[in-house]
Amino acid sequence: MTPTLFWTGFFVITSFALYIGIAIASRVGSTDEFYVAGHHVPPVFNGMATAADWMSAASFLSMAGLIAFSGYDGSVFLMGWTGGYVLLALLLAPYLRRFGKFTVPDFIGDRYYSDTARVVAVICAIFVSFTYIAGQMQGVGIAFSRFLEIPIEAGVVIGGLVVLMYATLGGMKGITYTQVAQYCVMIFAFMTPAIFISLQLTGSPVPQLGFIGNVADGTPLLVKLDGMLTELGFAPYTDGSKSTFDVFAITLALMAGTAGLPHVIVRFFTVPKAADARKSAGWALLFIGILYVTAPAVAVFARTNFIETVNESVYDAETTTLVEGERETPDWFHRWENTGLLAFEDLNGDGRIQYRADPATNEVTTLNRDIFVLANPEIANLPGWVIGLVVSGGIAAALSTAAGLLLVISSSISHDLCRKVLFKSMTDRQELLIARLSATGAVLIAILAGIYPPGFVASVVALAFGLAAASFFPAILLGIFWQRMSKEGAIAGMVTGLGVTGAYILTYKIFGWIPNDAEHWILGVSPEGFGTIGMVISFIVSVTVSLLTSAPPAEVRELVERIRAP
Amino acid sequence: MAQDKSSARKAYWRANLGLMGILLAIWFAVSFGFGILLRPWLDQVSLGGAPLGFWFAQQGSIFTFIVLIFYYAWAMNRLEARFADRLGSDDMPPPVPPGQEDAS
Repeated sequence: MTPTLFWTGFFVITSFALYIGIAIASRVGSTDEFYVAGHHVPPVFNGMATAADWMSAASFLSMAGLIAFSGYDGSVFLMGWTGGYVLLALLLAPYLRRFGKFTVPDFIGDRYYSDTARVVAVICAIFVSFTYIAGQMQGVGIAFSRFLEIPIEAGVVIGGLVVLMYATLGGMKGITYTQVAQYCVMIFAFMTPAIFISLQLTGSPVPQLGFIGNVADGTPLLVKLDGMLTELGFAPYTDGSKSTFDVFAITLALMAGTAGLPHVIVRFFTVPKAADARKSAGWALLFIGILYVTAPAVAVFARTNFIETVNESVYDAETTTLVEGERETPDWFHRWENTGLLAFEDLNGDGRIQYRADPATNEVTTLNRDIFVLANPEIANLPGWVIGLVVSGGIAAALSTAAGLLLVISSSISHDLCRKVLFKSMTDRQELLIARLSATGAVLIAILAGIYPPGFVASVVALAFGLAAASFFPAILLGIFWQRMSKEGAIAGMVTGLGVTGAYILTYKIFGWIPNDAEHWILGVSPEGFGTIGMVISFIVSVTVSLLTSAPPAEVRELVERIRAP
Repeated sequence: MAQDKSSARKAYWRANLGLMGILLAIWFAVSFGFGILLRPWLDQVSLGGAPLGFWFAQQGSIFTFIVLIFYYAWAMNRLEARFADRLGSDDMPPPVPPGQEDAS
């Protein structure tokens, strides 16, 4: 057993034991505790839990690599996935907290005095959550198979059972405190290698300063990277390839989508007061921001370091003689080749690796973007246990997000569908039982989705954000800020927003009816950015239909007055 | 008394909307403005080794967002404290004042 394998196993098992321990300590007995942790979560803890809930396996493992390859274009994720919290804190969270119930469909159903609106919201919530959860379970399985030599299927099942245990026992309360623990694991695992790499490349222990700093010879790091990339035929790092309008649309869609995702919104139901919801959004963004302002720095370090150490290096020093001034390919490159994340093919037979933009001469034939975060500890010459920590950080990121989504699915079914629409006379105990059963059912489906991932999983994340931006965001926002908004307006707005955005993404990304490139996009907006257009359409439809139909009844106007008052 | 409360609530809501407007303008300026629309122009200037527009898109906007939310939380607490005696306690939902059908 290698030290890396030992430490990975050690950290994964220890962290799982911790999560289960927390679950047993925070068992719950009422729906109030199961759905919103009894509204007792302190704002700082809720901020940490929100950060873990929000940052998925993709944020943790893939984002830095994604930015490393896309340069300025990667900014859409950085701004989009953080700017949404400003919208949440100012426009949605405090009012939804004052509303005081359990779920997002709860608000939609009460504010729009209609079971139809509630059911539409339930369908949106379940759909958005399932598209997301499949990717998380798959991430857990991949982490297990790559690092612990356990088959993907077994990894997905183990991860699923752990989530199942703490989600059904402790509901929101259990999830909240495990997420706090998971945040700590994640951030420590992400920051440790980042700090050491920054020290190595720029001499600064603060990655954000290294990002704008100089390398040893006094050239700014970014200028150096731009120069190296241009020489190899790539576009300069600080230039973008997307059109300005598309960058604008994608950023806005991700922001509004973030603010409209039910598993994020529901976290703000768990704090004691509306004032705490605002404060806790600040903490959440601070905790998320620590990772989000480090990721672009890691991206620059990783890309620079990759070119410097790998390009033109001698692949096998045993068979090729080194010429004066040449260096060997680093050991980590050989090790990661075994995982299939990296591949080298000596096209010109000179025994050296040429990394180029042109596929005809590029010899790094496979370069998975996750490699940059995963290989960081080795690149920085950190001991084997740090890799184990990064792996358990990735699993923590995936599990914490999966648990939050699971709770949205289970509460949508037990509370919104069963208690509020189908069986109105249900008791609290029966509802809790159904909540636990539907959580179990959802985990089983998620496990299946993780083992047999539908081919379109990667592209449906765009769908989840687009749909949340075009359905929940306008409906909730207008529900709070425009008393005149009627149920017909809300239903029409949500359905059109969903329909238009869904149809656009399906057409270009999933069925490929029209080629997915800038020439064929409507208004030059990519499917990732189309949520913005869908949102605008949804706003227009909601307002028009509301003005054409009768005003909401007096008790709804009272409700709006109440959630606005301090 | 009811009249007084109703005007206090209107004033509170107006103050909230005004504050929100200013903060959202800053939110828009640092991300969509500096980071996207004005980037080519700002990139002529450098912050340390980074073009300024690029830096706003990848770092500066996020720092600003965090400050905005904490400032809003602080300012709203102050605003609510100022209106507390005129609006009554937190726990009791105030009744709907007459003639307030469509305040928005």
